[in-house]
Amino acid sequence: MTFEIILQAIVSGLLTGLIYALIAAGLSLIFGLMNIVNFAHGEHLMVSMFSSFWLWSLLGLDPLVSIPITILLMALCGVLTHYLLIRYILKAKMLIQICATFGLSIFIRALAQFLWTPDFRTVDNPLLEGRIEAAGVFIGQPQLFASVVCLFAFVLLYLFVTKTETGLALQATAQDREAAEILGIPSDKMFALGWAIGLGCVGVAGGMMTNYFFIFTDVGVNFALFAFVAVALGGFGSIIGCLYAGIIIGLVESLGGLLIDPSFKLLYVFAIYLLVVIYKPQGLFGRY
Amino acid sequence: MKILSVENLSKSFGGIHANRDISFDINAGEILGIIGPNGAGKSTLFDLITGYTKADSGMIVFNDNNIFGMRPDKISNLGIGRTFQKLKPFADLTLLENVMIGSFAKESNIKNARDKALEIIDFVDLIEKRHHFARELSTGQRKRLELARAMAIEPKLLLMDEVTGGVDQKTIPGLVELILKMKAAGVTIATIEHNINIIMEISDDILALDQGQRIAYGKPAEIQKNDRVIDAYLGTVDVA
Repeated sequence: MTFEIILQAIVSGLLTGLIYALIAAGLSLIFGLMNIVNFAHGEHLMVSMFSSFWLWSLLGLDPLVSIPITILLMALCGVLTHYLLIRYILKAKMLIQICATFGLSIFIRALAQFLWTPDFRTVDNPLLEGRIEAAGVFIGQPQLFASVVCLFAFVLLYLFVTKTETGLALQATAQDREAAEILGIPSDKMFALGWAIGLGCVGVAGGMMTNYFFIFTDVGVNFALFAFVAVALGGFGSIIGCLYAGIIIGLVESLGGLLIDPSFKLLYVFAIYLLVVIYKPQGLFGRY
Repeated sequence: MKILSVENLSKSFGGIHANRDISFDINAGEILGIIGPNGAGKSTLFDLITGYTKADSGMIVFNDNNIFGMRPDKISNLGIGRTFQKLKPFADLTLLENVMIGSFAKESNIKNARDKALEIIDFVDLIEKRHHFARELSTGQRKRLELARAMAIEPKLLLMDEVTGGVDQKTIPGLVELILKMKAAGVTIATIEHNINIIMEISDDILALDQGQRIAYGKPAEIQKNDRVIDAYLGTVDVA
């Protein structure tokens, strides 16, 4: 095994990890804000990929060009999810909340299979194609660009949450809804905004992945599982924790597959998850 | 001039009357002290006024606005601030960020909100702690944080729930001084207190509650002599 091959695995893991991180950030934001786990997060990712695909297929818009539309559509999807479902279960027992978002995941996936069939689809001749070589490492341009965009989106999200008035209001609502309300912050609107941003993140990741990934109705399942692991590893509600956790997961998946056995690459990731749950249940950056 | 008028306010939880037909007024620029034994319904009264709990019946008028049934954020925007008996700082934010969030209610420019927050933090004598996380502050400092945060929304009426409760004796005079400074700054205050000496000293009027009912309402000197208040606090002595 040469150094180039190991370097190749590290770069691939890093690029994939950044995408996991952004998907997980959306999940973590929603959880941190209202203590609700969105079990339909993978299906939302699938919807974002399909919306990007249909914008290409029906309107001829390349996924790269249609990214802003995909983000807006997913943000709208987030707002609708909040107002049509989540607001009614905010004060419900945890089991009801779990069933509600899990039910939503089944509903979205079944509807997608009904409308679009379970066929695999791809975007032909996208603007981003080919690969580049550096120091003996080959990097797919769509993958590289997707990761850079996800990192950029992540930085924007972090700056928004920590440096802006609305971001501080979101943090305040996440930490204590009652105290935030008495300062004039409408919690209901903050929750809707949290869903819009959370699914907007998924819109970025899904839109970029459409360039190089198969688009099918079950595509979100594994990504959602990795996002859950990233949220647990990074710490529930910690956005910055998702970045480190996403990268760790990407590297473990890639290096584990290379150094041990690729058939078990999911196993390494979930082994980490179990270790975190057992020895550091609050995650690397979480307090819960 | 009345700033808040409460009439026949009632709230029951199951068969328990937390508040029953409570009526009182608060005059602008004054301090209303609210007293009563544990479970008298004092904090529930604040919850009803600030919209956290919806009253069953009655009327709440603030500055000519009927705020009965209104959402807490809307009531806050009208100018009612509040501190909590069980402190609610945003633990993972700094003191400055905590107060800035309040400042944003009236100031959307970040620099101006920050300047205003710093001014208020200075007012409550915590300027050297401005970059500390709220979770790092002592109980007394957290009480000041809550007061600063409430002041940041520029309230016309501030409801304080046991500001001097749970702090050491040395901290109390400073907090009392702060309450009087707020009054001098033009804020109307309603304060729940267990410390009778303090409440008698700072209040213009006093509302006494027991088992969810109003048992006395008037000037401190009258309340001190009121038999029902004495009974509620000391109990009735049976003479055989």
